[in-house]
Amino acid sequence: MKKLSARRRHPLAAVVVLLLALAATGGLYAVFAPAGKAQAEETAQSMAIDEGKKLYSVGCATCHGTGGQGTSDGPSLVGVGAAAVDFQVGTGRMPAQQPGAQVPKKKVIYTQAEIDQLAAYIASLGAGPAVPTEEKYGPEGADIAAGGELFRTNCAQCHNFTGKGGALTNGKFAPNLEGVSAKHIYEAMQTGPQNMPSFPDTTLSEKNKKDIIAYLDAVNGDKTESAGGLELGGLGPVSEGLFGWIFGLGTLIAVAAWVAARTAKAKKS
Amino acid sequence: MSSQDIPEKNLPAEQGHAHGAVGTVEGDPFADPGMPPHEHRIQDIDERAAKRSERVVALLFTVSMLATIGFIASYVAIPHDKSIYLFPLGHISAQNFALGVTLGVALFTIGAGAVHWARTLMSDVEIADERHAIEAPAEVSEKVKADFRLGAEESQLGRRKLIRNTMFGALALVPLSGVVLLRDLGPLPEEKLRHTIWRKGKLLVNMNTDEPLRPSDVAVGSLTFAKPEGLEEHDHDFQNEIAKAALMIVRLQPDDIKDKRELEWSHEGIVAYSKICTHVGCPISLYEQQTHHVLCPCHQSTFDLSDGARVIFGPAGHALPQLRIGVNDEGYLEALGDFEEPVGPAFWERG
Repeated sequence: MKKLSARRRHPLAAVVVLLLALAATGGLYAVFAPAGKAQAEETAQSMAIDEGKKLYSVGCATCHGTGGQGTSDGPSLVGVGAAAVDFQVGTGRMPAQQPGAQVPKKKVIYTQAEIDQLAAYIASLGAGPAVPTEEKYGPEGADIAAGGELFRTNCAQCHNFTGKGGALTNGKFAPNLEGVSAKHIYEAMQTGPQNMPSFPDTTLSEKNKKDIIAYLDAVNGDKTESAGGLELGGLGPVSEGLFGWIFGLGTLIAVAAWVAARTAKAKKS
Repeated sequence: MSSQDIPEKNLPAEQGHAHGAVGTVEGDPFADPGMPPHEHRIQDIDERAAKRSERVVALLFTVSMLATIGFIASYVAIPHDKSIYLFPLGHISAQNFALGVTLGVALFTIGAGAVHWARTLMSDVEIADERHAIEAPAEVSEKVKADFRLGAEESQLGRRKLIRNTMFGALALVPLSGVVLLRDLGPLPEEKLRHTIWRKGKLLVNMNTDEPLRPSDVAVGSLTFAKPEGLEEHDHDFQNEIAKAALMIVRLQPDDIKDKRELEWSHEGIVAYSKICTHVGCPISLYEQQTHHVLCPCHQSTFDLSDGARVIFGPAGHALPQLRIGVNDEGYLEALGDFEEPVGPAFWERG
């Protein structure tokens, strides 16, 4: 020890101390720093969350608060889950254009990658339903008849018996489900967007949801062919009655007037 | 056909005036002007035109026959699941379309033929007929009245009071047998409208999965429909019972519940209400999870589920009945009794 202290004023002492300090710092860093390869996935995830947070601060924070805690203009997003984000942003409902009775579907302004980043950020705020995978909403193994029964029990009261939509109170409405992707229908059932009640897996099982989606595809999908021709909106007696009263009765009145009209005479009077 | 085709020699030049000349009577402005002169149709004076009309009518009837044959043929020949695309109608079942068109043509051409026949060939000469009194001549009327009086006298109905009174009694009682038969149009409702099959301890069974519900299954903002334990869809009286017992289960934040009794009868914010509208009994379940309003699709009655299902709009007369629920030892939701009041629309003796 004496030897060491005797050389403390040696011209190279400062260099030695500096080297030792650098080695210690480097060693400590090597011990505590995250291991590169094993952490790659988590890094990608946290990068997505970071990117999502940036997008969130620009596009969403005005109404939903800087940490997703909600303000008087928008509900809290803690615990709504990635599925809710994927539905709301993926159908263009969010970001909302203006406050009103109901935020309608419109042009989607984020790419799917950005939506995934936003979803990752919101999912990091609190546990919630994740975005469903294709096997949950795909048509394989679905029972269309059972889906019809479930749809009529749970959904038809608002969305009409073939998903054509309908009116609710004070300007709110249940939208037409034609052309809505299977994934978005699944997410809507799971998360209950806006005034729609949610149908969580605990009360409407994954198989139930799959059946409902298959039923909708059968009665209101791209390839649905109506046996009756002109559907008049598929709304039931209202539009059909209107058509019958105006065109059906109108034709009958015209024919009756013609039958009773004066017949053609030989001499022009 | 143009007017040149009409042979002039056939025109009855003065005939029109013979039917009822429009004579003006001096001094009486309200005199009956009579009928306007009859004008002939082309078919009346030209046999060729009449023949043409005849052929048109026959053609329409023939088209009808062909259309009927076409109807039968398309019913037999076109597969019922074949779909075709027609411009304004879109996709349509080929058989439906063919059946509709052929039957429509068959019926329409019969009518059109009959109308054309009546308008061009049947006589259209105007006829006036005076009105006459419809009563019988005086002597006939007198004779009938005299006969009736004689009959009444000979029957001794006025003299033998006993016969008269018992006959009236018999005639008055006969209709009662018909009234008694009405009793068997159906059993009396008795107390059925006042009770459902909900009892203390009956589990709430999810209609979708047929499994009893646990409180943790029901999320805030969700909507679930439940039936009483033991009631199965293939049961003989399923429809009768579910029509009264159908239940709508929602979960609110307990702080959001304004009605004190509703809060007491709920379990951790889970409330169970009758699904039957109190107006005319439609199934009511258009639930808005943010406003907690339930709307009836039939007449727009609106109930506030956060305030004892109070009526806030529409024709419904009283709040939806609430079912008192709790949790049993195994952690399942159970009813704590029947509804306290009759479910569904009001009835005469409801009180």
